[in-house]
Amino acid sequence: MNAVTSGPARPLPELGPDSPLVLPPRAEAVLPNGLSVTAIARRSAPLVELRLWVPMAMVDIAEGALLAQTLLSGTGTRSATGIAVELQAAGGALSGTADPDRWLISGNCLASGLDRLLEVLADVLGGAVHPGYEVSVERERLAHRVRVALSQPPNVARAELLRRVYGDHPYAVDTPAPERVEAVTAEEVRALHGRRMRPGGASLVLVGDLDPDDAVELVGRRLGGWGGDLSDAGAEVRMPAAPAPVPGPLLLVDRPGTVQSSIRLALPASGRGHPDTAPLQLANLIFGGYFCSRWTENIREDKGYSYGPNSVLDHSLGGSALMLSVNVATEVTAPALVETLYELGRITALPPGPEEVEQARRYAIGSLRLATATQAGLAGYAGTLAGFGLRLDYLTAHAERLAAATVEDVHRAAATYMGPGRAAAVVLGDVERVGRGVAAVTATEIRRSPSEPGAGGPPGEAEPGA
Amino acid sequence: MTRGPSPELAAPRTGYHIERLTLGNGLRVVLAPEPGSPVVGVAVVYGVGIRSEPEGRTGFAHLFEHLMFQGSANLDKLEHFRHVQGAGGTFNGSTHLDYTEYFQTVPGNALERVLFLEADRMREPRLTAENLRNQVDVVKEEIRVNILNRPYGGFPWLRLPPVMFGTFPNAHDGYGSFEDLEAAGVGDAEEFFAEHYACGNAVLSVTGGFTAEEARRLVERHFGDIPARPAPPRPDLAEPDLTSARHSSYVDEAAPTPAVAAAWRVPDPVADLAGYLPYVVLAEVLTDGVSSRLVERLVLKDRLATGVSGYTGFMGDAFDVLDPTALLLQLNLPAGGSAERVLEVVDEEIERLAADGLPPEELARVQARMVALLLRDGDAVIGRGVRMAVLELQRGDPALLNELPALLTSVTAEEIRAAAGRLRPHRRASIEVVAGRAR
Repeated sequence: MNAVTSGPARPLPELGPDSPLVLPPRAEAVLPNGLSVTAIARRSAPLVELRLWVPMAMVDIAEGALLAQTLLSGTGTRSATGIAVELQAAGGALSGTADPDRWLISGNCLASGLDRLLEVLADVLGGAVHPGYEVSVERERLAHRVRVALSQPPNVARAELLRRVYGDHPYAVDTPAPERVEAVTAEEVRALHGRRMRPGGASLVLVGDLDPDDAVELVGRRLGGWGGDLSDAGAEVRMPAAPAPVPGPLLLVDRPGTVQSSIRLALPASGRGHPDTAPLQLANLIFGGYFCSRWTENIREDKGYSYGPNSVLDHSLGGSALMLSVNVATEVTAPALVETLYELGRITALPPGPEEVEQARRYAIGSLRLATATQAGLAGYAGTLAGFGLRLDYLTAHAERLAAATVEDVHRAAATYMGPGRAAAVVLGDVERVGRGVAAVTATEIRRSPSEPGAGGPPGEAEPGA
Repeated sequence: MTRGPSPELAAPRTGYHIERLTLGNGLRVVLAPEPGSPVVGVAVVYGVGIRSEPEGRTGFAHLFEHLMFQGSANLDKLEHFRHVQGAGGTFNGSTHLDYTEYFQTVPGNALERVLFLEADRMREPRLTAENLRNQVDVVKEEIRVNILNRPYGGFPWLRLPPVMFGTFPNAHDGYGSFEDLEAAGVGDAEEFFAEHYACGNAVLSVTGGFTAEEARRLVERHFGDIPARPAPPRPDLAEPDLTSARHSSYVDEAAPTPAVAAAWRVPDPVADLAGYLPYVVLAEVLTDGVSSRLVERLVLKDRLATGVSGYTGFMGDAFDVLDPTALLLQLNLPAGGSAERVLEVVDEEIERLAADGLPPEELARVQARMVALLLRDGDAVIGRGVRMAVLELQRGDPALLNELPALLTSVTAEEIRAAAGRLRPHRRASIEVVAGRAR
């Protein structure tokens, strides 16, 4: 069964010397209206990337999502088509998304089109009218998209887990129910826009073929008038702290006939900048956070239960959590759950090997380099950091913390946060086929019908899935 | 091909420095050195894909791609992953209709290590029964998660070819049937490797932070003594165009609302690039954004669709496909929506474009956006590395990368009009998704 290896053995080449992580030239300013602006030069392609983060704490997610969807649907001076035409002529595009923390307006354009892109952006931020007809069209499209999303078992499982972990906190629902979307009126969207789509607490990041000082100045000219002379109501609303995942019986939600089970677990985690976070990131990598993790090697490469498990350290303004997800064939649901709990137990109970820590460390530091090697990657990173009130130098500081973490630090972080007994767990699967196996592994509570998708509050009566 | 840009827009041009060489064993190499860049991309593409699979072995090209990660002469199972990620890098592989790609992005200090890894599996992958069984299971889970347990799984890229084409290479399911996957043995894998994974059928590209001399030396060191084997003959994929419309439908139990996709054959992307380009631009004229023909009409005005997209090539990339291929339109419909009605309106809009043409400003803005997206894809070292490798493999011209923006902007309104005139209902293949979860 061993390979027929022929020819001389060849040694693996050593890595060359590391080069330091060099941050690109940048400039920043806070405009008088409260908008903070960062411009970063990365002249690798004649383009500019834009990310605008506007705080959305405590906004109804259905209203927030529809606002994002109709931001480009017309202003006092431009129609929806007119906006699209102007953006396209700049080689550009803009789009908005909403989650419980923020609106994120993302875009890019040819470098020569930046002024035009900012002009259109200023117009929609200050003057979007969310016209009745366009709102009705986009409402239908959004409801459709949400229906498609919530018809997918992995998304249903995630929604169930969020509800279980976050209860009545806003993070319990990140995808609104289609019925809620359909009930939002154009007046509500307009009122929300006036109240909360405001520069106070918002951050704009530009990355690309630009001069940082000139770009900051250009933003000042184009967006300095956003918000008029009103005070920054939006900045006052803070996201309340989210509850950490609370352990309890595994929730098994019935999905008759499904060919895979979706397993989802949440564990507590420390936030950005906390001393535990770099070691916890390494512990999570070793456990399941990259392809070379124990979890992947176990249930994919050894046992073939899954195409790929995934474990992410997820930071939100209200708190952080480790989110584990894996989809497995129905017939191996219980064994896959056992291996998952085993690997969590193992990383918690025993110190990781020094070589495992080194490998995870090199991956984590290398990822910072790779993720920021493109204009779009750098903009995404800088845009998210800005939303957390952090700047690009967070990357160098974080790289230093990753470099300094010891095997003991990593083990301590794992023991503090990752024990299987700390997990909140949900499985979406065919109860007829997996119920007995899962219940034999861990305390299990079975629910025959999924909660109303996207509905807040306690699980209600709903139509059976599929 | 020399053509001037439209007067409305001078496309920004990239000036990536690109070198080609061929090793003594026939391996083609493309180098794009950018000293100072902190990362490097290494890609190997082989001229084998879904359309190379023998009958009875559907899904084998993709399964084999998985096996290429399972160890090689000097590397145990899992070592490839560990050596790449443990150097701070990322890896992946992907199986396409006519080629299979393997690629890594790593910090610059790992260049030689990654060349070693790619050379080792080009020389001798470990094809064992145990790894084969394990990866058959993994691929089955991949199919479940991407196709079977998902609404619109495989739509339209796996669903439309059997409607449009009649021969096995063009029409069969590239993910494969579970039956064929389970029947595959180590002997099949050895034969597949011997036939298709030859130096003469591969291109290596290296992009990013290194010097050309350094790369030439390292490439020769690691790949130079891989035994020479020529590329197999290209499979004959030719099929006649449709002479009457073909339509088919299927029930997707997971889909909450209907959808439909339509496709028309387009000119040979390699032999007739000038004839093909207008269709690449036409797809965007029809579908890129709110100001495009079909989105404005179908989504905003008539509300017959909730989403529209259009592209050339079944897997969505215009510049990595061989003939025969198609221009595709993909339309999501609201609950109770009529595919027939939507296709009528599509025909109407295409006819209007064919009859009246389009104003130069409309064409220029669509081209500006296409250029920006092309440059954006190429901003990642591995994005342009894979692109160059495929251009070398299929056209012997990796430097075409630098010309693509200008080529796109050189397409004229008259050419768009003529291309639209060829998208006639009698040449159309369409596939309709009936919503199984509709209430």
